[in-house]
Amino acid sequence: MNALAIPNAFSKLLWAGIAVCGAIAFAVVGLARGEIINSVWLVVAAICTYLIAYRFYGLFIGRAAMRLDASRTTPAYRHNDGLDYVPTNRYVLFGHHFAAIAGAGPLVGPVLAAQMGYLPGTLWILAGVVFAGAVQDSLVLFLSTRRDGRSLGEIIRSEMGPTAGAIALVGVFLIMIIILAVLALVVVKALAGSPWGAFTVMTTIPIAIIMGVYSRFIRPGKIGEMSVIGFVLLMTALVFGRSVAESPALAPYFDYSGEMLAIMLIGYGFVASVLPVWLLLAPRDYLSTFLKIGAIAGLALGILIVMPPLKMAAVTRFIDGTGPVFSGALFPFLFITIACGAVSGFHALIASGTTPKMIESETQIPFIGYGGMLMESFVAMMAMVAASVIEPGVYFAMNSPAGLIGTDAVKAAATIGSWGFSVTPDMLTNTAREVGETTILSRAGGAPTLAVGMAEIFSNVLGGRALMGFWYHFAILFEALFILTAVDAGTRACRFMVQDMVGAAIPAFRNTESWANNLIATTIAVAMWGYILYTGVIDPLGGINTLWPLFGISNQMLAGIALITCTVVLFKMKRQQYAWIAAVPALWLLICTLTAGLQKVFHPDPAIGFLSHAARFGAALADGKVLAPAKTIDQMRQIVFNDYVDASLASAFVLVVLSVLAFGLLEIRRARTIDRPTVRETGTEQAGLARA
Amino acid sequence: MRDPMTDLPWSTPAAGRLKTLVNRIRETSRLMVGIPDYDRYVAHVSANHPEQPVMSYREFFDNRQQARYGMGMKRCC
Repeated sequence: MNALAIPNAFSKLLWAGIAVCGAIAFAVVGLARGEIINSVWLVVAAICTYLIAYRFYGLFIGRAAMRLDASRTTPAYRHNDGLDYVPTNRYVLFGHHFAAIAGAGPLVGPVLAAQMGYLPGTLWILAGVVFAGAVQDSLVLFLSTRRDGRSLGEIIRSEMGPTAGAIALVGVFLIMIIILAVLALVVVKALAGSPWGAFTVMTTIPIAIIMGVYSRFIRPGKIGEMSVIGFVLLMTALVFGRSVAESPALAPYFDYSGEMLAIMLIGYGFVASVLPVWLLLAPRDYLSTFLKIGAIAGLALGILIVMPPLKMAAVTRFIDGTGPVFSGALFPFLFITIACGAVSGFHALIASGTTPKMIESETQIPFIGYGGMLMESFVAMMAMVAASVIEPGVYFAMNSPAGLIGTDAVKAAATIGSWGFSVTPDMLTNTAREVGETTILSRAGGAPTLAVGMAEIFSNVLGGRALMGFWYHFAILFEALFILTAVDAGTRACRFMVQDMVGAAIPAFRNTESWANNLIATTIAVAMWGYILYTGVIDPLGGINTLWPLFGISNQMLAGIALITCTVVLFKMKRQQYAWIAAVPALWLLICTLTAGLQKVFHPDPAIGFLSHAARFGAALADGKVLAPAKTIDQMRQIVFNDYVDASLASAFVLVVLSVLAFGLLEIRRARTIDRPTVRETGTEQAGLARA
Repeated sequence: MRDPMTDLPWSTPAAGRLKTLVNRIRETSRLMVGIPDYDRYVAHVSANHPEQPVMSYREFFDNRQQARYGMGMKRCC
């Protein structure tokens, strides 16, 4: 492979140039004190980092630690069936892999992290992806490719034993529940009290059904045609949405409170996930996938054309942990808040899913695994830029809970001004009017902030201020669209997991053909994420504040598990001299997740620790007092109970990580006493588990 | 192993370049939503498993659609 060859003089010069370019960009970004920095510097710093990291670290891992062997047959050839296992061109597969790993996560996390300024988040996104995220993705892809494309759970079971495998699966299930709840909460926060947004998002349901019927009965399997039809209908709905919002007769029908939206989403999740996939899920998935790729490409182009200046400070005072968007100090909470984009455990499930079954040659693993994650990291960087180009005062107004800044523009502006970010009530009402909303206050969850940032950038390219509202709702629509797809697909996945876990005790429950099993398992799955969603919606601190850290902890925990597995396998392959490649990021993730997990449970500050929050409300409850925001004794009880639920979840994550760590260490000790490789790969003498 | 440069669209002869590029984009877009190449499936089955029936495009499409949303999660948050 020519990229692995010794560099000649020209390529040495080229890489030196990239390094200098990156260094200058970092100097500009990092040494800025007060002056306005152009966002292009962030983009340049990121791209140079990615190029150097891929060339000198990604390929090094492939060459030294994985010892990729071009002559070794991949599962795509060994099991070629033209369906799941298909040798696929590397650029085509890169696109498939990227589309599978890029979701709402990398867009939301950086927006929340911007409360500490753009610099801490940027540095973590870049360092995290180079040394942890991309390493995890490519190593897991390597492990799975060497094992016939088996899933992470199966790899853990075969390399670390059935108990470790079972614990990891419970962990994955809890993560799914949290992800679904948090993503649904993002949609609720974006659509509450927004008739334009609610109308367009609701029309996606009939539009998807029209597409589904078209591609099943009228023109079977014509993806291109039905996607074009869907897109045209969607844009029509988006334009018409403004008229709906401005019509005194129609607007009230689409003006919902958070609680109503939550209940509608829960009902939707239940119905959608038991319908046949061709009717609703698949067509909307097509729309959301193409829209997502288009919007990401558009955002990249927009930033390069507009070159917006960053208005957010490099570092704000909120690194001390007193920020309104999420509670807790920079360490560990910044590293929890930005999960996807730096390192996302969920990718370990994707990298051990469909991609390893289609890879043509082992030598393409760094390009697809490492490179794909670098690309996702770039999406996170663009989200950071979008959050930093809007006025900081507006940013805080949008992301602070109503409990802190109140619900009217004058009070909000005064509170935010007292934090040191100047903003006038007029700016807040103007921004709301420009984007076609009645208010932008306390629209936490990332999507609306990103939408304002994107509207700011897009409207500079096309349409000016007049189209701000269109671009804002376009951004909301595109996020809501793929979150709803994730809610639907995720509920189905959870249903199968419930059936699998309960089926271990009651085998008849495993039958996925049975409607009774199907409905019971779906109810359990929906009830679990629905409950957490509902507590998030009625949470006085806005829900995102409470739930996003739990999501981050669970996602990073899964990454920790995946990297522990990679470390164990490197030891079992007798490549322990390279085990640090996986062990160092695993250790860092363990430190972050365990610190954050324990702080979320035990921290004495009620804003951070669930138990101290429960104690404060419990004590008041014992005295018969009602603390704001609760209005009744019942609500007080509810808050205390929810605190215990959240504390239990955080503790469960900590226990799962610690037990997988213990199994990993035992396995490493065993591997060290044996002087030959003990991994179970296919195509070697240990291939006893290989499928025919 | 194939020379990595030959599968780049811009390294094929001029006449085929655009066609290759368009086909690649089309194939990528379809695979992004879980539908692999149908012609390649037909070629594979008729070459290697002549005794097996070949699914029609419609059956193939349904089969892949079901597979994408069956067990497990196929995409990230």
